[in-house]
Amino acid sequence: MKIYVPCDSSAVSVGADAVARAISQHAITKQRPDVTVSRNGSRGMFWLEPLVEVETPKGRVAYGPVTPDAVPALLEAGMLDGKAHPLCQGLTEEIPFLKQQERLTFARCGITDPLSLADYIGNGGFRGLERARSMTSDAVIEEVVTSGLRGRGGAGFPTGIKWRTVAKAQADQKYIVCNADEGDSGTYADRMIMEGDPFVLIEGMIIAGRAVGATLGYIYCRSEYPHAFRTLQRAIEIGREDNYLGSAAGFDLHVRLGAGAYICGEETSLLESLEGKRGQIRPKPPLPAIEGLFGKPTVVNNVISLASVPIILDKGGAHYRDFGMGRSRGTLTIQLAGNIKQGGLVEKAFGLTLRQAIYDFGGGTASGRPLRAVQVGGPLGAYFPESLLDTPLDYEAFAEKKGMLGHGGIVVFDDTVDLAQQARFAMEFCAVESCGKCTPCRVGSTRGVEVIDRIIANRDREKNLQVLDDLCELMLDGSLCALGGLTPYPVMSAVKHFPEDFHARN
Amino acid sequence: MDIALAKKRIEGFQDTPGALLPMLHALQEEFGYVDEAAVPLLAEALNLSRAEVHGVISFYHDFRHHAPGRHVLKICRAEACQSMGCNRLIEHVEKKLSVKMGETTADGNFTLEPVYCLGNCALSPALLLDGQPYGKVTAGVADALIENAQRQSGRQA
Repeated sequence: MKIYVPCDSSAVSVGADAVARAISQHAITKQRPDVTVSRNGSRGMFWLEPLVEVETPKGRVAYGPVTPDAVPALLEAGMLDGKAHPLCQGLTEEIPFLKQQERLTFARCGITDPLSLADYIGNGGFRGLERARSMTSDAVIEEVVTSGLRGRGGAGFPTGIKWRTVAKAQADQKYIVCNADEGDSGTYADRMIMEGDPFVLIEGMIIAGRAVGATLGYIYCRSEYPHAFRTLQRAIEIGREDNYLGSAAGFDLHVRLGAGAYICGEETSLLESLEGKRGQIRPKPPLPAIEGLFGKPTVVNNVISLASVPIILDKGGAHYRDFGMGRSRGTLTIQLAGNIKQGGLVEKAFGLTLRQAIYDFGGGTASGRPLRAVQVGGPLGAYFPESLLDTPLDYEAFAEKKGMLGHGGIVVFDDTVDLAQQARFAMEFCAVESCGKCTPCRVGSTRGVEVIDRIIANRDREKNLQVLDDLCELMLDGSLCALGGLTPYPVMSAVKHFPEDFHARN
Repeated sequence: MDIALAKKRIEGFQDTPGALLPMLHALQEEFGYVDEAAVPLLAEALNLSRAEVHGVISFYHDFRHHAPGRHVLKICRAEACQSMGCNRLIEHVEKKLSVKMGETTADGNFTLEPVYCLGNCALSPALLLDGQPYGKVTAGVADALIENAQRQSGRQA
């Protein structure tokens, strides 16, 4: 009898470790040597965490949320034999939230033990690499181009084109760098993969290395993710022991820890940081694909982009491309966050509307109060009102509404939110996190906080709203990177869609 | 700061390309902060100026300039946690510990630090206590965590 209790840090944050201990202890005292507790990744249904699964002849049966306090009663009710209980959710695969998804990148996450190579290989792992090894490097790149995969970190640049540029560059050393500095609030897909299926990321990086001729890779993992960092360290060791990584394998990999700077999610800043410098952005050109890490041609891709490569190589680029809409091909990993009843990860073809994501999957607000605003794409994403909820989740559709899909995080706010305060926070965050390289961002953000404070205090309000508008335009046009360049998105969308929070207060 | 120990930790990364961040993390792991006295050691090991080393240390939020309290409590104050009332939670904790964000309690027990996203955004509000994650944190849960940590350090003392 196999029992699964996730080791994902989100599950641990609500007691999964204590639950696993209690079940193991119970198995010992009740003399049930048939019971083994396995630690899997998370299925991404966080409102049910800790989600305990019990293997039965019909499939895995889920119980959740299983808090440490609930364990004794559940064991008494026969949870270990898959028996009924109010917390029993039935067969895991039949839970509508999961059943209605199209899991390609996350196919294994939550099913396997993240650090078991046997589990990984037994569930389709390394099939993409195997196929890539039978192909020329050009053919591998063409497969990725065919898939239509675009950078999942937020910028949406075609991954295959980036690879082609690095492959064509001549150099004695090239690098694959994985951007695992997932700093956007409301996003956790990278963390889930790193903690729940790290080998898929490693496989993606090995394939990328073969395709462009790079022999060394770095994963830049943010320090706010200590669990993910440790899991990656261990996964790389295992990969070396089994000769998937290392000098004999032709590709080696290191994981590096960031140090709490949001800007290091910007690729040139990240490269500076990896080189041991202040994380200040570099003007482009030169592109990192030509002059990247230590001045060498470098592929910089997001975790989800790289983790999508193995299935693209395994099933073919056309299979992946057939999901999605318009120029957004494949699947998007939507992360439902904030004030949401059923928060979690939804992997689905592009094209689902914001409303479907929030209501059909998310079940509306957690507080039960009316939804008032939604921020998509992290702290640099626009605030959308209820009336824009029918926007499809697609890069172009969001750009048309002056929003940004970003890394796919959706943060829901109920009617207690004050959008003037949210706009102020956007400027404050930019001021705290600005690298200082360019003036519009470094100075503009501080002036932005001051101007919004004047608006809130009703000092020359109309005049200051005009100043704020001018300032935002300047930051948008004059900043060197997306931090200063996109901070106006949350600010101006708040003013535009929620004018009552700026004009009619006091 | 034990200079010999600091040198030993720095030497461990001598052959690492772009070694400054790994070295700084090692020092902070060892001592809880990056002592001013480590700057010349790092500068010499990497053939950098002291100004360059100082510039890197001061750029990153993670590196502390003073020893933290016995327990480090990091509370997320990013948007997802805001939507679930993290600002009220922070006010509550600041009051309970009689410190502001970024400060250490007078008894040296707790350092309270802000963090912008722990990736636990479906179970907001979230915090990290001595590296251990907690989600759906109410004022009551925070109180219990703090009191439990206080009892622990009481036993050690």
